[in-house]
Amino acid sequence: MKYIEEFQDPELARRLLDDIHATVTRPWALMEVCGGQTHTIIRHGIDQLLPDQVELIHGPGCPVCVTPLEVIDKALEIASRPEVIFCSFGDMLRVPGTGRDLFRVRAEGGDVRVVYSPLDALRIAQQNPTRQVVFFGIGFETTAPPNAMTVHQARKLGIRNFSLLVSHVRVPPAIEAIMQSPSCRVQGFLAAGHVCSVMGVAEYPVLAERHRVPIVVTGFEPLDILEGVRRAVRQLERGIHTVENAYPRAVRPEGNPAALAMLEDVFEVTDRAWRGIGTIPGSGWRLSERYREFDAEQRFSVTGIQTREPAACRAGEVLQGLLKPHECEAFGTTCTPRNPLGATMVSSEGACAAYYLYRRLETPPAAPAHLEASPVA
Amino acid sequence: MPEPIDILPAPRPDLTAWTCPVPLRDQPRVVTGHGGGGAMTAELVSEVFAPAFGGELLGRLGDSAVLSLGGARLAFTTDSYVVRPLFFPGGSIGDLAVNGTVNDLAMSGARATYLSCGFILEEGLEMSVLGRVAEALGAAARVAGVEVATGDTKVVEAGHGDGIFINTAGIGLVPAGVDLRPQRVVPGDVVIVSGAIGLHGVAILSVREGLEFGVQIESDCAPLGGLVDAMLAVTPDLHVLRDPTRGGLAAALNEIAAAAGVGVVIQERSVPVPPPVAGACAMLGLDPMYVANEGKLVAFVPREHAEAVLAAMRAHPLGADAVVIGEAVETHPGMVVARTGLGGTRVVDLPIGEQLPRIC
Repeated sequence: MKYIEEFQDPELARRLLDDIHATVTRPWALMEVCGGQTHTIIRHGIDQLLPDQVELIHGPGCPVCVTPLEVIDKALEIASRPEVIFCSFGDMLRVPGTGRDLFRVRAEGGDVRVVYSPLDALRIAQQNPTRQVVFFGIGFETTAPPNAMTVHQARKLGIRNFSLLVSHVRVPPAIEAIMQSPSCRVQGFLAAGHVCSVMGVAEYPVLAERHRVPIVVTGFEPLDILEGVRRAVRQLERGIHTVENAYPRAVRPEGNPAALAMLEDVFEVTDRAWRGIGTIPGSGWRLSERYREFDAEQRFSVTGIQTREPAACRAGEVLQGLLKPHECEAFGTTCTPRNPLGATMVSSEGACAAYYLYRRLETPPAAPAHLEASPVA
Repeated sequence: MPEPIDILPAPRPDLTAWTCPVPLRDQPRVVTGHGGGGAMTAELVSEVFAPAFGGELLGRLGDSAVLSLGGARLAFTTDSYVVRPLFFPGGSIGDLAVNGTVNDLAMSGARATYLSCGFILEEGLEMSVLGRVAEALGAAARVAGVEVATGDTKVVEAGHGDGIFINTAGIGLVPAGVDLRPQRVVPGDVVIVSGAIGLHGVAILSVREGLEFGVQIESDCAPLGGLVDAMLAVTPDLHVLRDPTRGGLAAALNEIAAAAGVGVVIQERSVPVPPPVAGACAMLGLDPMYVANEGKLVAFVPREHAEAVLAAMRAHPLGADAVVIGEAVETHPGMVVARTGLGGTRVVDLPIGEQLPRIC
């Protein structure tokens, strides 16, 4: 915790902000790829403190948002079966499929459990040999290695009643798709530090070069974000575009070899649909042939799923920086976390949810000059 | 050379055409969020219970009702306890069943005098477990200075309960001159919290989910009647007290802001979050402001009394770490706003249901 405090130090933040203010001479649009970074930015009010010329665009890096509706519906179908114990990370329970979510399945009698690690799901499988235990394996490069390792363990331990409903996605192909979009305004990227801690940075130089954008590997604490912005702006002002690692305490250029080996063993790259935006080539993982027996989709023959997306909201424009969440007519009125119109409002890491939670106040209140809060005990 | 096979290109990803899920505008069944102490719980009360029951007192929706009976003003409340596991670091369901109800009364300024106690037991529960819970409940009542005056026992079939559910109701006298309710809050009132937040929720999480956070975190479960007495001894003119249980400090502040029609501004760095709680919450993606407490209170105090009240709180063992965290303001009525450590602002909203640990 000491380290978290240090990376929120207001005095160091002030120095970084001063440096950014002194460096910027023109407008720049940067995209933070990861939803966790979006929340840090909004939660700490970092965007309010940056120069007006630095615009942060909130990328599609929210695993909950981008999981395709078809996969959610398959999860709901599997979780409804009486022989199944369906295990998931908590924040997937609220994401609506076609007319239902996992909370509702549980209220209807489904055995849906929140776990904190895929290994917990494996333990549940060991403890319930007569039931089928399914883990909902979604997320980016960060969650893929532990999920791969769990499948590897399941085979090693001979646990036959465990399977993975897998819908993993990869960041670099998403960056490529964003840059190819005709309406793209992004001029630089804050790459997601935890993704790079697994994968390394090998995939980024070609992207930086091809699209002439700086890519700065960035962490998740306020000082990390400010340092990422500072470096990206510095490159843009100088007219250069390279890959920089501003998160060296967690990221080595080669990534994590053990995690990479596990991914290589258990998964294979596949085309993957992203909710709402369609298929991005090579942007996902599925279980490799050797581990296909642990694929929940095959085990439960979930076919004939008819998905039904509702009327479109404007999340696509939000995710490209064409629209700020609060500029959408539905924002905060017909669309709230309680009654979301879009995935970006549903997920706790979605850009709209972040704005709703932290930024509904149009005019920040004046500082209460006569009140000095007493120090932390 | 064979002719190249003509492959249809995959449709190009279209980021502007991002479409989104059907909103779940209503829940045809009860879900866990309805008991989370946030917006869903409030909806359940305002849309189902209050219209069905009617009555003016329930409409006030306080933690306890203040009734006039035979010339006396009585505070009256009830609560049910469904915690799992039954024993946790710093307490048990027996301690909670006493302290939770005693504290609801204390938030009206009343010292709890009598409790009722209803047990719903699951068939198959070990008698020794029931004995330990009963002992803990009795001991907590003695510490709180309250007598269990009446009770009830029911047994449900195996598989229809969670070992033990306990309901307690409590009653106590409200001293003359004491009138604690959100409607009395005015801009300029100082917001004080009695100590470190988030301990109970994280302690329960650590044992229920088998999570280890480096150090053992103990629940803050404690009776607050004595602390409230010490505060009222300084001035009976406290405006409102609230114990931030389910939904945490954020829910308590939002409820007061909404009912009082004032804004609340808090200084985020002044909110006392112990490092182990902050670390556990950072790991799980939870916000300590929304985590439950069982032995803390938040007070809105007229500015002129704030210093004396704070000193009195700090002189009491359960208020030793009391701090000012903010104030009531005229702007943004009904809304709670935090000033962040870096100098930005953010809205601290009422939680919807329960907080959910995030994926990564």
